[in-house]
Amino acid sequence: MIKTHRLAACMLLVLGIFGTAQAAESAGMIKTSKGTVTLERDGQKLIAVVGTPVLVADKLRTGSDGAVGVTLRDSTLLSAGPNSLITIDKFAFDSTTTDGRMSVGIRKGTLSVASGKIAKKTPESVDFHTPTSVLGVRGTEFVIEVGDGRED
Amino acid sequence: MRTDLRLPVLVLAVLLVAGCASERIVLLPSADGRPGAVVVRGAGGEIRLDRPYAATARRGGANETYQASTEHVQERFGAALAAQPLRPKSYVLYFEVGSNQLTAESQAEFAKLRAEVGERAAAEVMVIGHTDTVGNSQGNDALSLKRAESVRDLLAEAGVAGEKMEVVGRGERELLVPTADEVDEPANRRVEINLR
Repeated sequence: MIKTHRLAACMLLVLGIFGTAQAAESAGMIKTSKGTVTLERDGQKLIAVVGTPVLVADKLRTGSDGAVGVTLRDSTLLSAGPNSLITIDKFAFDSTTTDGRMSVGIRKGTLSVASGKIAKKTPESVDFHTPTSVLGVRGTEFVIEVGDGRED
Repeated sequence: MRTDLRLPVLVLAVLLVAGCASERIVLLPSADGRPGAVVVRGAGGEIRLDRPYAATARRGGANETYQASTEHVQERFGAALAAQPLRPKSYVLYFEVGSNQLTAESQAEFAKLRAEVGERAAAEVMVIGHTDTVGNSQGNDALSLKRAESVRDLLAEAGVAGEKMEVVGRGERELLVPTADEVDEPANRRVEINLR
């Protein structure tokens, strides 16, 4: 059963990475923003000020002076330090049932995570991934660094 | 099954970058004190971090597992942690029997909620209405939604933008205090407000 879930999770991840078309559903909102922070959406760059909605498939990028904090709709807290690239690959959340799933990537930089309601209810439907690893979450808080923190 | 072709491509891609990438993961103590864990799966197998400050680092394909210090976390992740949004917070407001009128105590609580909504940057509010088991479930669905909407309207009057509020009515499905049917239970006549 667990293996089936993992396989399913991998399939979803693959679909996410290879850019299967998906509706631009609301995933969360920018709550803190410092220095250079941009949101990349449909090939366009937006300045990510506090209050900017974050949609599924958005990429969040911080400059060397940048840091950003996002609260997802299921109350997951994400925040990134300088020179980071974070991707919101999947997010779905039903606020009535608290069912949902999410997949968030960090390509480089630093990311802190305080997991939310989806991870609490169905941890198997949450993953975080780096270029080399996939993280499964059991209702918790953690930090991830990709690269040595000095690259651009 | 077009995905069958994609999986090997992904595995290959992961193996290609695994040789040169570096990464580090540190489990932090959770704010609510509950034990948590992170399971890291990569080319080198599976690593489970289940104690606060347990950490794993990979460089050039070699894995190292260690116990991180708070100073180490601060040095590496201080900027990311400093940018963390405020923790979501829950309020609960109670109602007079069969009505959408707040109790006197809850009117005071509402004032606190309203103040905090104003203090938070880009506050978003989820309003979830509930009832006790007096009356039928259809009627209670409607009543719970009406309660949630009345709280939303009060917040709107207080200047909270409509698009930042979501309203849900759960009727008598989620009793805070479990009771039999047709029981007048004040603790179940409530609206939860999740502020984030």
